[in-house]
Amino acid sequence: MEQNQHIDWKKYLIVFLFTVGLFLSASYVSNYFSNKKVDQLKLIQDKISIDILSSETQFTLLSELSCKNISDSVLSGELGELGRKLEWGQENLGTMDTVSYLKKYYSLLEIKDYLLTKKISARCKTKSAFILYFYTTAENCSECEKEGLVLSALRDKYPELRVYSFDYSIDLSAVKAMLQIYKIEDTKLPALVVDENVLTGFHSMEELESRVKESFKLQEVKPEEIDSTKATDKKTP
Amino acid sequence: MTSISEIVFYILTFLSVYVQVFFLITFLENRKKIIIRVGSTKLAKYPKVTIIVPSWNEEKTIYKTVRSLINLKYPKDKIKIFLIDDGSTDGTWEAMQRFSKHSNIKIFHKENGGKYTALNLGLKNLETDFLGCLDADSIADPESLVRIMSYFEKDPSIMAVAPSLIAYNSKSIIQKAQRIEYDMSVYVKKMLGLLGAIHVTPGPLTIFRKKVFDDLGPYRHAHNTEDMEIAYRMQKNHYKIEQCNDAYVYTNTPLTLFKLYKQRVRWIYGFINNTIDYRNLIFKKKYGNFSVFTIPLNLISILGVGFLFGKMIYNFVNFLFSKIVEFETIGFNFTPKINYLDPFFINTQSLSFLAILLFLLIIFSIVLGKKMIGEKWVFSFSMVYFFIIFSIVGPLWLLKAVYNTILSRKPAWR
Repeated sequence: MEQNQHIDWKKYLIVFLFTVGLFLSASYVSNYFSNKKVDQLKLIQDKISIDILSSETQFTLLSELSCKNISDSVLSGELGELGRKLEWGQENLGTMDTVSYLKKYYSLLEIKDYLLTKKISARCKTKSAFILYFYTTAENCSECEKEGLVLSALRDKYPELRVYSFDYSIDLSAVKAMLQIYKIEDTKLPALVVDENVLTGFHSMEELESRVKESFKLQEVKPEEIDSTKATDKKTP
Repeated sequence: MTSISEIVFYILTFLSVYVQVFFLITFLENRKKIIIRVGSTKLAKYPKVTIIVPSWNEEKTIYKTVRSLINLKYPKDKIKIFLIDDGSTDGTWEAMQRFSKHSNIKIFHKENGGKYTALNLGLKNLETDFLGCLDADSIADPESLVRIMSYFEKDPSIMAVAPSLIAYNSKSIIQKAQRIEYDMSVYVKKMLGLLGAIHVTPGPLTIFRKKVFDDLGPYRHAHNTEDMEIAYRMQKNHYKIEQCNDAYVYTNTPLTLFKLYKQRVRWIYGFINNTIDYRNLIFKKKYGNFSVFTIPLNLISILGVGFLFGKMIYNFVNFLFSKIVEFETIGFNFTPKINYLDPFFINTQSLSFLAILLFLLIIFSIVLGKKMIGEKWVFSFSMVYFFIIFSIVGPLWLLKAVYNTILSRKPAWR
């Protein structure tokens, strides 16, 4: 009968310590994998950064040559993949600081990619439509979530469409400069820049689609531009 | 950012892992004590035992139940069998008459009053020092009684011994899932037995010393779980309960999901209400591991399952809502946002590793449970059924039991 009343407190303590140990191990393993993932993100970023740099250099080198060599080496669908991974990482990886640092770098790469592609497409008449997209994560923005869905659907439909998304609340001077240029305010998010027009608030799939199509046409026609390109081409040695 | 729900989730996970580790360490400490006997067991003395078979509308199963008692490997003159018809409306009474010629079988008939009244009628007519009950849906293994009695012989302080219940004749998926659960229970019960912390002395063939009822009084209604209440009462009075893992009793399990649901609502309702009745036993050092481990463990599992279920529903509604928004904004879109084949998107948060660990510990306890009833473990789909059915339907019967408790307790609170 005595055994019933006996409580082995030492055992309760040992089990407690053991369980704590298991929790710590789990968090160690989790950290290990998180770091691996962050490394992977860094690797992708480095690759993109090299791609962009190389394209830029190529562009400068060959600026007086034809556009043939450039258009297919430019630019990485990897940027889109990186964006998705960063977004996922922000929600699921414990290491918030590293991820937000990577996000800054990503924004910078986006801007560079944007500028370069714009230059190339202006010069070489590649079919490209740009959308700059500003959203926020600082507060709950359901419109932003919806806009994000529209944009990814649109991108699926038109692979040539380039969507560059920027977190309004990111602490990066280059992004702040963009906000200044387009006069984006945080009260009017989400905001889109399509063909130099600033659109604020939610815009539906149909509306954006028609604008994108317009954007395509703008670059497809304009005969005088084609003529001028030909003229420059002729000039090259 | 850690939300309250996340903290609660971590605490519950911690407690669940704690319980499993506690069992595991108990097992490792005592593994030499856990024996599985093969062949016939001999006793120095064979004390007289009465086995009460309370039955209500069990004409189909009672024959096999009584036959299994007649076939027990125990001296015939040492066993008395009481067949008690608790006002059945089917052919149970007629089925009992087939045994009227056996000298050691007594047949009783009474007005319907519930299982505990049938058991108490048996207690009233008791002439032996040991007694047990065998539900009319169960079959005792021939060796079961003698193995149980060997525990009493070994230790005079033991007041009750419970057998291992094996779900038998498992045909439907629901029954196969229960079979796994019963196997796991063998392990859990054995560990609780070693800790002196058993909280149920199940209807199928738990054997008691008569002293228990002489000292503590007869069975009570106890929210339709008289086999739980008597264990609580015994724990309160420091009466020792053991579990004999190699005494097998084969029991029928509910065939359909609805019947299982009803059975479990009754069990959990019984647990909650008996615990409320015996609430002054919780966290009292003098009531041993029963008070600081078993009851808290069961309470936590109720809280945990309730919380998990709420979280699951919340996540599901959230998911549905986001899908609706998605549909409204862009229509049907089958391209997934992320590529699930990319290992990058595998969740590597520490909680997922802990969930895997917990899963493994549970599988391990099923394997050990099987080992303790002398079976080898082979993988079967029953395990999959077990995890699916008990995790999806489990919360429902639990919530229903809580709901019923709140309803039934309402007047008392005013």
